[in-house]
Amino acid sequence: MGTQLRNWSLLLVAAAVCALPLPSLAQLTQLDLQSRIGTESHIGNITGHAKDAAAPYRRYCVGCHGPLGDGEGENAAWMDPPLLPKPRNFQLGIFKCRSTPTGTLPTDDDLFDSIARGFDRSSMPQWSTFTKQERADLVAWVKHFSPRWTNEKPGAPITIPPEPEVTPERIKAGRDVFARVQCWKCHGVLGQANGPSAATLTDDLGRPIAAYNFTEGSRPKCGDTDRDIYRIFMTGLDGTPMPSFADNIKPDEAWDLVFYLRTLMKQNSKEKQMARQLGLKPVDPNAPAGQQ
Amino acid sequence: MQALRGLRLRNIFRFATSLASVAVVFASVILSCSQPAHALPAFARKYGLRCSACHESWPMLNYFGQKFKDNGYQLMNDRDAPIWQNPGYWPVTFRITPIWHRVSTGKVEVDTYAGGLPTGNSAIQRITSSGFDLSGLDFHTGGTLEKNISFYVLPSSDPTGAFHFEQVFGRLDNLWGSPWLNIKLGRFELDNLLSEKRILTLTGNGGIYQTYHFIPVGDGNIFGQIGDNQFGIEYMGHSWNDRTRISASLLSSNDGNVNLSTGANGYTGFFAGSQAFDAGRLGVQRVGFYAMVGEAATYYLTAGGVPIGGSGISNKSFSREGFVGQFYFGPHVDVQVVTQHGSDNAWFGQGYGNAILTDGNGGTTATCSSPTPGCPLNNVPGTALPAGSRAPSWNGVTVETHYVYSPQLIFINRFEAERMSQQANGPGYAGTGGPSASNLGNITTYTIGYRYNPFMTSRAGFAWHNEYNWLHQDGTGPSLGLSSANINTSELLLGFDFDF
Repeated sequence: MGTQLRNWSLLLVAAAVCALPLPSLAQLTQLDLQSRIGTESHIGNITGHAKDAAAPYRRYCVGCHGPLGDGEGENAAWMDPPLLPKPRNFQLGIFKCRSTPTGTLPTDDDLFDSIARGFDRSSMPQWSTFTKQERADLVAWVKHFSPRWTNEKPGAPITIPPEPEVTPERIKAGRDVFARVQCWKCHGVLGQANGPSAATLTDDLGRPIAAYNFTEGSRPKCGDTDRDIYRIFMTGLDGTPMPSFADNIKPDEAWDLVFYLRTLMKQNSKEKQMARQLGLKPVDPNAPAGQQ
Repeated sequence: MQALRGLRLRNIFRFATSLASVAVVFASVILSCSQPAHALPAFARKYGLRCSACHESWPMLNYFGQKFKDNGYQLMNDRDAPIWQNPGYWPVTFRITPIWHRVSTGKVEVDTYAGGLPTGNSAIQRITSSGFDLSGLDFHTGGTLEKNISFYVLPSSDPTGAFHFEQVFGRLDNLWGSPWLNIKLGRFELDNLLSEKRILTLTGNGGIYQTYHFIPVGDGNIFGQIGDNQFGIEYMGHSWNDRTRISASLLSSNDGNVNLSTGANGYTGFFAGSQAFDAGRLGVQRVGFYAMVGEAATYYLTAGGVPIGGSGISNKSFSREGFVGQFYFGPHVDVQVVTQHGSDNAWFGQGYGNAILTDGNGGTTATCSSPTPGCPLNNVPGTALPAGSRAPSWNGVTVETHYVYSPQLIFINRFEAERMSQQANGPGYAGTGGPSASNLGNITTYTIGYRYNPFMTSRAGFAWHNEYNWLHQDGTGPSLGLSSANINTSELLLGFDFDF
């Protein structure tokens, strides 16, 4: 009986000792966050303050992104990638939708736009119901989760040249770019997200991730204007297998690719009509370089 | 006698002090125990959002929830169609509320007895009753049948378990890809920004908006009640961010009764519009209007003197119109305001309008005919209004303020006033009882309360609800020689409001 009691006591002490660091770690993180509560954002002439976003974050965001911004809210467990991506871990300071070069922090405007735009094919809705001030405060709040903003500055937005007139030649040239940089490996030759690599894709955290299916009619995650699409493949989607092609595609070629990608999309467009008139065929992965 | 009064006062004071102390202690406990809120059952299970994302406090919608509803219960994230859900997902929630309440009604006429026998006389007395009780049971099912095709079905029972369909509709959303084109058909809540179907209070008089149901004393028009769900078809359009909203509905003038029995040949239009404004740190403010203009039958053909359901003719007109404001003062305080000007045709004012007795569940009982006492009046051929009859009109206002301590704890305060501006029985009225007093039927009511959700998950919701309502109405009580027939009623309610 005495031995049993001693064993139980030892077990309890061991459990208590093991449990001690857990609240300490959490407290440290909270302290870190507290030290960054003065984080600001700047959207035009609006200044956002992290401290003012605590209430809306708790009401609207914490269920997915979690109290510590680590993407581990109580609903995260039920999100099953690639069908439903996991919430963003703000602590990493890595964001898909940026106007800045790959590897750099997004601008405040990038985060501001992302909140209102939401992300199709995910649980992140379009939070267009906030006032601009509230959204700016939330941008500051999002930033305060990551020490990256303390140590780094956002990248400079990439330059997007004016959009040229779309022509059949440009669409054909875009198809060549699509073949050359091997977009089809993930997105498939018809843009159906069924390329040979599609099934193996994972994000930086090792979670399965799906390539964008151009044909199903949903919006690209980071916006659906021509400039948005240009920006997506020239900056890349950080944290995902979608790289930046800024070093592989010249600005003029990038517009050609935008026009070609429009022909793959379900939505009607002048590019799609032109492709139909041209009788444009999908890329042939086996064709020699430059002979599509 | 004086001593007795003093003792009573001391007791009341002691009781009030105790009550205040308990309230302070309870408030301190719940303020210090607030935990993170979780999600709401039916839709949260689908989208993984907390209930607080769509509700200021369940069931009252916030701006985002209104947008979600306007989009046809869709987040518009291309994952709204049920094909994206686990096949086991079933969009159903039930709600019921076991309660304790104390209801006190002033000036009830009661029989008097002497020696165990009725005296044949009456006395006026306040009746107070208290005890444990139950609300009805609601089964909410709603969501999308396919992308941009949504539905809602709500079988609802009274506390005895007698069911009816409180809400049933299908909706075509975002036709041709435009948020400005949505069509709904069925029985649905009217497009009121401050919807009675999402009211935060539960008492008999405080659980409805008096402004949405006000009817002058003796008026027979049951059809203009904008708080009730109505049958019809609704066009609704909104901007992509829901800042601008408009809607127009064509409704049957039957106050939601089924089988084309009541008011079957009358139609009503309901129109609403609102515009929201960005007010910086204060939040998004919204102002709008509504108007209900309709007509309903006053004469039902009879067989053997009994009105025939569905045969209503001799339509007369009525209208309700007003302004709505939703004003926010940061994340914690908001004020919701609704005004109303109402008017009924003089025939309604004299009690004509609903000659068919309804059974309370949307059915009818056509076994009653006027002029039998208690039976609704029927405007049979040759009926004439007494001299001095006028179209009754009135004005009303509802002001509801909220203090949202956290998504889990909300304090509610509501004031409503309904004031007659023109009585149906005007000067020189030659009918029974003569002209009405100018304040006859006026209502003033206050409701205060709070709802505390100690926890919420994406599977269930639970609220501790505490509320007090006081209502005063002028001139509608029995007078029996008293100088005033005003009635004061009050209700205290405590309960567990839960859903799963």
